[in-house]
Amino acid sequence: MHPVRKRRLILVSLLIVGVSIAVGLMLMALGENLNVFYTPTQVHAGEVPSGHTFRVGGIVEEGSVVHDPDSLAVTFIVTDTANTTTIKYDGILPDLFREGQGILAEGKLDENGIFIATRVLAKHDEKYMPPEVDDALKAAQDIGAYKRNQ
Amino acid sequence: MTPEIGHFALVMALCLALIQAILPLWGSERGSLSLMAVARPAAYGQFVFLTISYLALTWAFVNHDFSVLYVANNSNSALPLMYLISGVWGSHEGSMLLWVFIMGGWTMMVALFSHSLPETTVARVLSVLGMLSVGLILFILFTSNPFERLIPAAVDGADLNPLLQDPGMAFHPPVLYMGYVGLSVPFAFAIAALIGGRLDSAWARWSRPWTITAWMFLTLGITLGSWWAYYELGWGGWWFWDPVENASFMPWLTGTALIHSLAVTEKRGLFRGWTVLLAIIAFSLSLLGTFLVRSGVLTSVHAFATDPTRGLFILAFLGIVIGGSLILYAWRMQTLRAVGEFKPLSRETLLLLNNVLLVTAAASILIGTIYPLIIDALGKGKISVGPPYFNSIFIPLMIPLFLLVGIGPLVRWREESAGKLWRDTHNILIAFIIVFAASAFLLMRSASITVLIGLFAAIWMVVFSLGYLGKRLSNRRGLAAFKGVSASVYGMVIAHIGLAVTVIGVTFSSAYSLDHDIRMGPGDEKELAGFVFRFESISQREGPNYVANVALFRVMKEGKTLVTMTPEKRIYNVRRNMMTEAAIDTKLTRDLYISLGNPPEEGDKWAVRLYYKPFISWIWGGGVIMALGGLLSVLDRRYRVAARKRAGMKTAHNVKSISVNPA
Repeated sequence: MHPVRKRRLILVSLLIVGVSIAVGLMLMALGENLNVFYTPTQVHAGEVPSGHTFRVGGIVEEGSVVHDPDSLAVTFIVTDTANTTTIKYDGILPDLFREGQGILAEGKLDENGIFIATRVLAKHDEKYMPPEVDDALKAAQDIGAYKRNQ
Repeated sequence: MTPEIGHFALVMALCLALIQAILPLWGSERGSLSLMAVARPAAYGQFVFLTISYLALTWAFVNHDFSVLYVANNSNSALPLMYLISGVWGSHEGSMLLWVFIMGGWTMMVALFSHSLPETTVARVLSVLGMLSVGLILFILFTSNPFERLIPAAVDGADLNPLLQDPGMAFHPPVLYMGYVGLSVPFAFAIAALIGGRLDSAWARWSRPWTITAWMFLTLGITLGSWWAYYELGWGGWWFWDPVENASFMPWLTGTALIHSLAVTEKRGLFRGWTVLLAIIAFSLSLLGTFLVRSGVLTSVHAFATDPTRGLFILAFLGIVIGGSLILYAWRMQTLRAVGEFKPLSRETLLLLNNVLLVTAAASILIGTIYPLIIDALGKGKISVGPPYFNSIFIPLMIPLFLLVGIGPLVRWREESAGKLWRDTHNILIAFIIVFAASAFLLMRSASITVLIGLFAAIWMVVFSLGYLGKRLSNRRGLAAFKGVSASVYGMVIAHIGLAVTVIGVTFSSAYSLDHDIRMGPGDEKELAGFVFRFESISQREGPNYVANVALFRVMKEGKTLVTMTPEKRIYNVRRNMMTEAAIDTKLTRDLYISLGNPPEEGDKWAVRLYYKPFISWIWGGGVIMALGGLLSVLDRRYRVAARKRAGMKTAHNVKSISVNPA
C-alpha cells in the first residue's frame, strides 16, 4: 500500500477505535448516573423499582413541615394533589423551600415507604415551578377530571 | 418617549446591519471597492444605534419607568443604582439586547483594527458579522422586545431577582457575553475564508488574537460565575455541572482547542479544515448555550410550548447559522487539503491529541446536557444526569491533557526524535521528580491517590512550563534574554501555570474540605479543623430593600481570636424571598465559610453550615492567571509588526489582486 494511504488508514482506524471507546464509556456512565423522576402518584402505585435512587417532586403540603428541635432532621409531605409522599431529610433546606412551594427531592424509599432524601432542590426563582412537578400536577388533575366524569 | 427612541434605534441598527450584511459581500464578489467600502461605516453606524438603544433601556431602569413592561418586571424603586444598571441584563429580553450591543462593539473593533487586511477579507468578515446581527436583532424585535409598554403603568416594580443583587452577578453576564460574542469574530473570519476559498497562515494569524481575546473574557466570565455560585448560593460549592454552567463550559473547551489548532495552522499551515470546523463549532456552541439558557429550554422543554414563536425562531436561527456554515464547509472542503507533513512524534501530533481530548470532553458534556431533553421530547419520561456522569468522563480525559500541557511546548515541530527530546528534557524531568517527591512526602500522612494524581499533574505542568521558559531564556545572557522571548511565550507559560493553580485548588479543596451542618444558638461553640467557631449573638439590620438577620461569629484558634464573621439571612421586601449571605474569611491556603440555614421555628437555635476549605481560592486565582496569560499573548509584537508590514504593502494592493480567483 502507498505509505501515505497506509498512514491515513492507521490514523482513521485509531480515530474510530478511540471514538467508539469514548461513546461506550459515555453510555455506560450515563446509564449509571441517571435519576428518573416519579410523581407521588407513581410512587404510591409502587411503580418505583425498590432500592433505586430516584427523584420525586410536588408541592410541599401546608402544615406538613416538622423540624426536629435538636438536630437538622426535617419531615414534610409533598403532593401532586392526587397522592402524597412523606419525605425525611437531614440537612439544611434551600432558601426557597417553604410550604406551598414546588420542590424536587433525590433519594430512596425505605421499607416503610418513607422517602429518605439526600438532596432537596428548590429552584432560584420563586415563580419557577420545576417542570417535573408542573407535569405531575397536570397529570394528577387529568386523573381527577377523568374520575369525576366517570 | 425614551423607550420608543430605544425601539426606533434598534430598528435603525437592523437596517444598517442589513446593509452591512449584503452590500460588502456583493462587492467582494464583483470586485467593487466602493461597495466593499460600505462595510466599515455601516458597522460604526450600527454600533451607534445599538448604543442609543441600550442606553434608552438603562435610562428606563434608572428613572423607574414602570410603564415599560420589562422594567416593571425586573426593577423596583428601592433598588440601589448599581442594580438598576445591571438589572438591564437581569432577564431574557434585556440580556439579548446586551448580546447584540456587545456584538456591535466587537464588530466595530474588527472594523477599526483591520486596516492592514485585504479589503475583500474585511468586507466578507464584516458582512458575516452583519448577518448574525440581523438575525439577533430580528429575534429581539419579534419575540423579546424589552421596550414593550405596560398600560396602565405599574405603581412599583416587581423587583430584580435577589440572587442577582450582588456585585459578582452584576459583572458576570457582560464579561461572559464578551467571550460568547467574541467567538463570533473567529467564526466570521472562518466563514469569510470559506467564501473566499483562501485559508492560509495569514488567515490564522489574523483570527488568532481575536480568538485569544474572546477566550480570555470567557475564562474570566466562567471564573466569576463559579466564584459567585460559591459565595452567594450558600452551599460552598463552586461547580455543579448545571446545564447553565455546561452551556458556558462547552464553548470554553472548544475555544481552547481552537487557540491551539490555530497555532498549528499559523506556524505550519496544517489542520486548516479542522481549525475552520472548530471555529464554527465553538461559536455554534456559544449561540446554543445563550439561547438555551436564556429561553429556559434547558430547564424545561416546555418553554417552547409557552412561547412557541420564541422557540421556533431560535431553532430556525440556529439551523440557518450552523447548517449554513456546515454546508459551506462541506462545499469548500476540497480546497483545504493540507500541504505540510509531520511525523508521529512532533508538536503537531501532541496538539492534535490536545484537540481530540478537549473536543471529546465538550462532546460528552453536550450529550449529558441535552440527553434529558431528548428523552423528555420523545415522551420517555423525565430524567436528570447527575454530576457523577460528568466527573467520571471529564476527569479521566483531563489527566492526559495535563501531561501534554507540560511536555508539548518542548517538542519540536514537524519531527522530534526520542533521543533529542530526552537530551532536552531530562534535567526538567529530574527537577520534576524532586519537587513531586518532596511535596508528596510532606503530604504523606493524608495523601490519597486522587490527591497524588492532582499534585502530580499540577507540579508536572508548572515544572515543565518553567523548564521550557528557562530553555527559551538561555539563548541569550542577562536582561536581553528576557526581552528576547516574545510576549506570546510568556503568555502561554503563564496560562499553563494558571491551569496548574486551578488543578491544585480543585484537588486540595475537594480532598481536604471539612464541613459541619449543625443547630447553634448564641453562646454555642463548635470546633472544626482546629478552629473554634463561637456563635456570639444575632441582631437585625435594615438594608436598602431588605431586612437581614445578622449573626456574629467569633473564630478562635488556640484560644486567640482570629477573626469575627457575620453571615446574614436576608428577606427582600418585595418578593419576600429569603437569601443567604455567607461570611467568608479567605487566606491564601484556606477559606473559612459560615452560612445560616433555616431560621429557628421556635427558640434561638439556627441551622448553621460551617466549612473549612483549603486552597479553594486557587480555583479562581488560576482562572484569573489563565486570562492574564491570554492578555499577554494578545499583546505580542508579532501581530502588530505583521500588521504594519502589510499596511506598508497595501498601497500596492489594487483591485486586480482582489478579483484574482482565490482558489
